[in-house]
Amino acid sequence: MADQLRDTIPTFDSKAADENDTVSISNWSALTSGNFAKSGSEILAIILVAVAVIGGLEIWVRARNVKTYILPRPSAVGSALFHHFDDLFWPHVKVTLFELGVGYAFGAVIGILLAAVITQVPFVEKIITPYILLLVTTPMMALVPLLQLKYGFTSTPRIIPVALASGPMVMINSATGFRRTDLAKIALARSYGASTLQIFRKVRFPLALPMIIVGLMVGAIFGVLTAVGAEMVSGKDGLGNQIIYWQTFSKYNYVWSIITILALIGILIYVIFYQIGKRWASWQA
Amino acid sequence: MSQTPVIDKIRKVGPSSAVAMQVRHVSKYYKTTTGSVHALEDINLEFTPGDFTCILGPSGCGKTTLLWGLSGLHELTSGEVTMNGTPVRGPRPEIGMIFQEANLLPWRNLQKNIEFPFEIKKIDPKPYRARIADLLDEVGLAGFETKFPRELSGGMQQRASIVRCLSYDPELILMDEPFGALDAFTRDEMNLLIQKIWMETGKTIIFVTHNVTEAIFLANKVVVLTPRPGRVAHIFDIDLPRPRTIEQTYTPEFIKLVLEIKATILHGSSPAR
Repeated sequence: MADQLRDTIPTFDSKAADENDTVSISNWSALTSGNFAKSGSEILAIILVAVAVIGGLEIWVRARNVKTYILPRPSAVGSALFHHFDDLFWPHVKVTLFELGVGYAFGAVIGILLAAVITQVPFVEKIITPYILLLVTTPMMALVPLLQLKYGFTSTPRIIPVALASGPMVMINSATGFRRTDLAKIALARSYGASTLQIFRKVRFPLALPMIIVGLMVGAIFGVLTAVGAEMVSGKDGLGNQIIYWQTFSKYNYVWSIITILALIGILIYVIFYQIGKRWASWQA
Repeated sequence: MSQTPVIDKIRKVGPSSAVAMQVRHVSKYYKTTTGSVHALEDINLEFTPGDFTCILGPSGCGKTTLLWGLSGLHELTSGEVTMNGTPVRGPRPEIGMIFQEANLLPWRNLQKNIEFPFEIKKIDPKPYRARIADLLDEVGLAGFETKFPRELSGGMQQRASIVRCLSYDPELILMDEPFGALDAFTRDEMNLLIQKIWMETGKTIIFVTHNVTEAIFLANKVVVLTPRPGRVAHIFDIDLPRPRTIEQTYTPEFIKLVLEIKATILHGSSPAR
């Protein structure tokens, strides 16, 4: 019976072609079709393409004698990552992740709380919206030199911009989620005598959750951008700082190693939120 | 299919007390941006325990407004609704509501959806689980407990919402055009199911519809409302034998009733006899 049903009715874990099937990051099935790599041959094809791309790049760089300041050989980058990850890069990865973690935690929590409040109290929304717009449109990295005057070479001038950059992203998306009220479902809960808090916890919050998760993901990615940018401007450590540092020594394979690490952090963030979305928000994808 | 009628299990869980809902001089005005809309005027009705009443009227006659007023979800401008002698001023635990759409929560599976009222009411669903399983069996949804709403058809979803409503054993069930969105075949099937449930449980049901055939098929009493403002045009007693069948809706006596009720809706008053 279950198999029969699967054939005829679109289900939440396979790519559904209904009117909601738009391509956006909130549509968790937009980037992958259901499960990743189902068969051995699929995995083999994925590996072969990756080898071809990286190998092709290597051959091209060698054959055309591309200058290292334009693009170092992938093998040189790989070797730098392999030999120096522990001593040169990992300490700075920890610094960047610490700044990201602390700043993002503040930004995300405040962002979700603010979103919940403003969508319940429209008057507060009118007061707060201009400031949120200001935060979204102003590059937070511009604050770093000023913050450095006050806090010196600590991680604080980097953590504050991360919180200020990620918080509004989380807030805007969460607010969109909280505004998605389904009056029929609220009436349903009320018909059982639900309190305002119960309606929030059992109806409004789950309904908003897919958008909150999107907001958390966008916020985390904005947090990485801001953390790295802030490190480039201020302080003595962190991945952003190290990009500038190694560039002054013309160690372009180190620079590209750090860029690779940053790309991996970004992918990791996406994968984490993709999994969270699959677990908690798959009912709408 | 379970051989034991559901009624036995229901009586075991909660003995039903005498239900009588009374509606006295109920009126309702809506405030809109363009002024006030007069939705209901001086509605007087009485629902005896175990009765199946259909409220029938054209679109916009205020029948849904009336039902929501009975449930305590909407305030009424004037007049009073009483249940078991006490005024209804908000949602009541003895009242169960079935909505226009199945209104299942898409992030919960079937079982979790059916247990949603228990969560809100903070009642342990464990003692009710056997009863829920019987009800699911009764409506043909046994084995679908872990399915999510989007995996179910519209008819299955509405059947699940009926189970959700019956699960906590309300005395009075208010149904707000529950099958309006379903196709004609599914609607027939659902009407048969509702009749069966009503005959087995003896619940008091108030059912809002704009479908004349559906109203006559289901009800003991059909309350016809006039177009806005909604007034009671006439109350028809339907004495057709039960269990009624879909074939019966094509008999001359059934069609005579349909025409009579349609004429009442058209003229907005009781038929000339």
